[in-house]
Order: sequence, then structure tokens, then C-alpha cells
Amino acid sequence: MDNETLKARILEIVPEAQQEENKQFLTLLLPAAKLHDLALKLKNSPELAFDFLFCLSGVDYIKQLAVVYHLRSTQHKHALVIKVKTDDRVNPNFDTVCDIWRTAEFHEREIYDMFGIRFNNHPDMRRIFLEEDWKGYPLRKDYIDEVNIVEF
Amino acid sequence: MKEKDFRDNETLDLFKRTGGNFLMTSIDAVIDWGRSNSVWPLTFATSCCGIEMMATGASRHDFARFGIEVYRASPRQADVIVVAGTIVNKMAPVLKRLYDQMSEPRYVIAMGACAVSGGPFYYNSYHVVRGVDHVIPVDVYIPGCPPRPEALLYGIMQLQRKIKLESITRPEQTMILGKQ
Amino acid sequence: MKEIINLPVSNIEEEEYHINMGPQHPSTHGVLRLLVSLQGEMVRSLKPHCGYIHRGIEKMCEKDTYPQVIHLTDRIDYLSAHINNHAVCLLVEKALEVDVPERVRYIRTIMDELARIQSHQLWWSSFGMDLGGLTCFFYGLRDREMILDIWEETTGSRFLQSYNCPGGVMQDIHPNFQKKVHAFLKTFKKKIKDYDRILSGNVIFENRSQGVGILSKEDAISYGVTGPSGRGSGWSCDVRKTEPYSMYGKVQFNEVLRYECDTYSRYMVRMQEMHESMNIIEQLIDNIPEGEHSAKMKAVIKLPAGEYFQRVESARGELGLFVVSDGNKTPYRMKFRTPSFSNLSVLDHISRGMKIADLVAIGASLDLVIPDIDR
Ligand code: SF4
Repeated sequence: MDNETLKARILEIVPEAQQEENKQFLTLLLPAAKLHDLALKLKNSPELAFDFLFCLSGVDYIKQLAVVYHLRSTQHKHALVIKVKTDDRVNPNFDTVCDIWRTAEFHEREIYDMFGIRFNNHPDMRRIFLEEDWKGYPLRKDYIDEVNIVEF
Repeated sequence: MKEKDFRDNETLDLFKRTGGNFLMTSIDAVIDWGRSNSVWPLTFATSCCGIEMMATGASRHDFARFGIEVYRASPRQADVIVVAGTIVNKMAPVLKRLYDQMSEPRYVIAMGACAVSGGPFYYNSYHVVRGVDHVIPVDVYIPGCPPRPEALLYGIMQLQRKIKLESITRPEQTMILGKQ
Repeated sequence: MKEIINLPVSNIEEEEYHINMGPQHPSTHGVLRLLVSLQGEMVRSLKPHCGYIHRGIEKMCEKDTYPQVIHLTDRIDYLSAHINNHAVCLLVEKALEVDVPERVRYIRTIMDELARIQSHQLWWSSFGMDLGGLTCFFYGLRDREMILDIWEETTGSRFLQSYNCPGGVMQDIHPNFQKKVHAFLKTFKKKIKDYDRILSGNVIFENRSQGVGILSKEDAISYGVTGPSGRGSGWSCDVRKTEPYSMYGKVQFNEVLRYECDTYSRYMVRMQEMHESMNIIEQLIDNIPEGEHSAKMKAVIKLPAGEYFQRVESARGELGLFVVSDGNKTPYRMKFRTPSFSNLSVLDHISRGMKIADLVAIGASLDLVIPDIDR
């Protein structure tokens, strides 16, 4: 499926999705509430068949926190990037997709560890790298560590 | 390296023993000779430097020639811990415990820039211990990222020389040497 | 004591206990910690605890310029250091639309394949050692030294060379390079038969690895298990084939696939891959074109604002590099999708119901590099 049909197909499912500029992949910004629904459809409908979540990353855009899902279909060889954003910096949360793509389980724990974004219904929402009592979320842009990180 | 340069080590000169009872110094010499030629390392490698340590133990460089023969998986049977690789905050307590589990006399070699000072992760890393000497006392430092196997061999030879200066009759001097 | 004896038998069977493998354990290949819950000798479930070598590389990258980042990628997966460098360079070149000289592509591809062979040799050594064959350790590392020699001559360092730089490679290849690579190929072709004789056909080894740690293709995709481990389950996931970069589109090679889905098949994929890598090198080594070893680049590299993604096939699987740039000379956010991280996540799933001794074999067959997990 090429990007245009793919986009049309997804807009059918989630009309609120907005396209973002990207040369490489079709990138869509979704409302967070629709994420799990769409993910399920992306995985299960045979003509989409996005079965491989090949990257899952958190990004801190200062105003917003975002999670970026890179998806690929091993059958049809098409790729898609979906993004969800939230303004809430104190208690950000999204729905988990680890029941759909199992690899998300570890990646979501990593995002929680680094950005403090919680994933609802995740089976094991703990920090993965840092100790449980670590203060702050290091990959956020407002993370302050006076001892170790030098600002030039 | 020339023999003369190898012999030239100011730090060790500081600890040179003078005097002593003929019998006891002979016993010391024998014991130290034995000890220094059978230093068993602990299999402890956290990252990249560990691969160079493996390479040193393998066919080409073969540090069994120096009596560093048997890798021990348990700290209780090891004499020397070669800290090969970065130590991070989460690992530091584990390393301390490993060190505490080793029986005396025990030695530490800090291998690689990371173990010496934090190395490439000195700046801007929030989770790296800047030098393993914050956690455990170090006997020999080997710089390099990673140090070549030859460098590790040289470090081991320095450690052996250090062991040869120890005395069973003067544990306080051993204290200076081993414990700092 | 009495109470224990008087317990009903079924109760004892249900008794579950936990053992802690690592962080300092010779067969976890570094400082991975596995909390294994056992029933008798059977693994019920297992929880990996990572972070014992989490060095905060992603945060450091946000403070470093792109050429500096390359040096850090070496240290993520030190056994495929060249390939990691390559990923950053490809990403920067793609973003700036720089065309690298043909010669650079040849050199990079050859170096990548040498890195892959070297990594598989080391994996083979430690795999053998984990299963109790100490000879493997010496054989593998002996042959690996030949590759390190080749690298040392050209790049100046035994491993962790940071040889790639945006636009090309640091310096031209050494005049002896081709001769030495030929010599290596000639010797290693003979030596690799020894590898097969020691392990592949060995009855003890086969018994310990066949039928152990079954990973179905669907699970491999769902867990994102890429690289030789994924191909051992019959999933054709080789980035060199699906999205060719550098010279991979132009050379002939087979993607090694096996369908038994067990530890043995993952083992065989890697063994075969060494042959394929040698095959690729052979096709390239004699035709390295003349020319510059680097394209002209600006002194300060700034990526245009936007998001970039680059995938390469490292020795352990698919390495993805996700960069968000805001137009500065340092990346705004750099994410490494490292293969070992995803491969680790499947360990719990495939080792359930296996014996504790099999866990070592399974772990080794996934070829985990711990800093690659923790970054
Ligand atoms: S000193 Fe260099 S090679 Fe050694 S562990 Fe640190 S980064 Fe790796």
C-alpha cells in the first residue's frame, strides 16, 4: 500500500489524525484516546498488517511530551509512524500497546524510566534501568543534574 | 620496553623494604614469589574493556604465562579483580560487595579509562561513577580506551612487583600497600 | 524439619523458589541480572533486571556534535562498532544529501562484514564456553586476532576504531589491506571447518541445543527479535536485503534462513552468516575503486530541522537510529533502537518450561551484548 492510500485508510478509522511533515515515513499525529483502538486495527486488519513495531521512543518537545511509534508490515513492506502528544508534564499517561506488540513492554518501561510517561494497563510499570528511588527523569529537557551535567 | 625502564618505578621505590631478620625476609621472599605468580582473577567484565581482557586471556597474548591462569567465577576464590569497564551507580554497590567477598590478600586493577576516571563518560553522564577508586581501593591503574592486551600485561607485571614487596611480619606495611 | 517431611508431595512440587543470576555471572556475558523463578529445575518465569551498565549515552548525545556521537556509538555495541558508526554516518549523509564516493562505500561494506565475522567468532567462542567447551574460546579468539590486525593497520586501533566519519572514513586504507584480507579469508575458510567439527556435529552440543528455546516466527516479529536470532525462526528480516545501503544492493549474497526455531537453528544461522560475509568481502575486495576516501563536508555539521530514521543490520540484528533535529549542531533527541534490547525481551517467553541449564544456552544463542541493552 502506498502512503496515500494508507493515509486515506487511517483517516477513515481516525478522522482527527493530522499528517506531519516527514520525508521518509508517513507520519500521523493522533489524539491519545484513539491510540489503542487504532493500534489494534493496524495490527489486525489484513491489508494493513502492521506487525512489527521497530522503534518506540519518547521525545520531550518542552511544551509537550510525545511518544513515537515506528511501525512496519513484514508482509506488505509499508511503514508508518504514529505520534501521540500530551501537554501534561506532571502526570502524563497513554494507553499501552504491549498487548498488541509484545516488544512494547520493555520499550514502554524504558520511556517511563527516561521521561516519566506512564502507560495504562501495562503489566509491569517499573523503572527499567535506573534504581527505583532515582529522582527525576533524565531524558527530559528540564532534568537538572548540577553535579554531572555541565552546561556550557 | 627496556628492562631498565621497567625497573624504574618511583611509587614502588617508596615502599622498598630495608633491613629485617634474615630468616623472615627469606620466608617473605618465598611466600611473595609464590603469591605473585599465582594471582587468580575474577571473571568480571562490564563492557568493552572486558573483551580486551578476554583477548589477553586467549591464545595470542595468553596471560597464563604470568601465572594469572584460572579465571574464577566466584569472588571467594579470586585474588585479583580486574575492573574491566564502566562502573555505573547501580553497579557500584554490587562491585563493593564482590570486593568484600574476596578473601585477603586481594588486589584491584582498574582497567581502562572508564575504571580509572569515567573515561569517555566523564562529562554529561548522569549515571556513571567517575573512577572505580570512589568505590574500592585500586592497586594498579591501566589507562587506555580500551587498553591493549600488552598494557594489561604490563599492569599485571606491576602488580606482581608490588606483591613481591609485601611482608608477613609487617602487616602494617602490607596495609599501606594493599589498602592505601 | 518434621513439617517439611509431612508436607503433601504435591505441595513440595508447587514450591517455587527464586535464584538470582548475575549481575556478576560468567554466562550472562556481562552484567545482566536475571531473577529466575524455578520449580525444581524448571524455569517458571524470569525477570531480566537491566541497568547495571546504563551509561546515559542518549543524554550525552544531546550534548555532543554528530562527529562526537560516533565515538559513543562504538561503545554501545562494541562488537559491531563499525556498523554502529556506519548508521550515524548514513543518517547524517542522508539528511544533508551528501553523496559519498564509491570507494568509501566499498571500504565501509568490507569493514562491516569484517566486524560481523569478528563478532560471530567471539559469539561462537563464548557460546562454546558457556556449554562447557573451553577449546572454542581459544579457537575463536585466535582467529579473531587476524581481523584485529587488519583493523589495527588501517584504523590504528584494535577495536572501537571510530573509523567512519560523516562523509567518508577517517583515513585511507593501508597498502597491505587487500593482501591481508585475502590472507585472512584463505586461512579462515580452512579454520571454520574446525568450528563445525568441534561444535556443530557434536552429539552433546546437539542434544543441548536442539529443541531448546523454541521461538516461533510470529513471536519473533511481535517481540521484535531481529538479526540472526530472528532469522533462525524463519523471519526474513535482514536489513541488508530489505533496505539495502552502501554496497549491499550490488553484491550477491543469500539471506540465511532456518526454520527449526530453536537454539541450534540460531547457531547455524550465525555459522552460515560467516560464510556469507566472507563471500561478500570476496566480491568487493579486489574491485575497490580509486578515489577519495571522504567527501567534502562542512566543518560544522548541522542537520536541517526534522526527524530522521536510519536502519542498519548490525551483527546482532536491526539497529535503528531515530534522530530529532532542531537545526543545531547537536541532535535534539537521539534514540538508539538496539537489537539486544528487543532480543532480551523474548528471553522470558522462550525459556519458560526449560531447564535452568538450558537457560544458559538460550541466552547465549540470542547473543546479547549488555551495553547494547542498557546504552
Ligand atoms: S575505557 Fe573505553 S573501552 Fe574500556 S569500558 Fe570504557 S569505554 Fe569501553
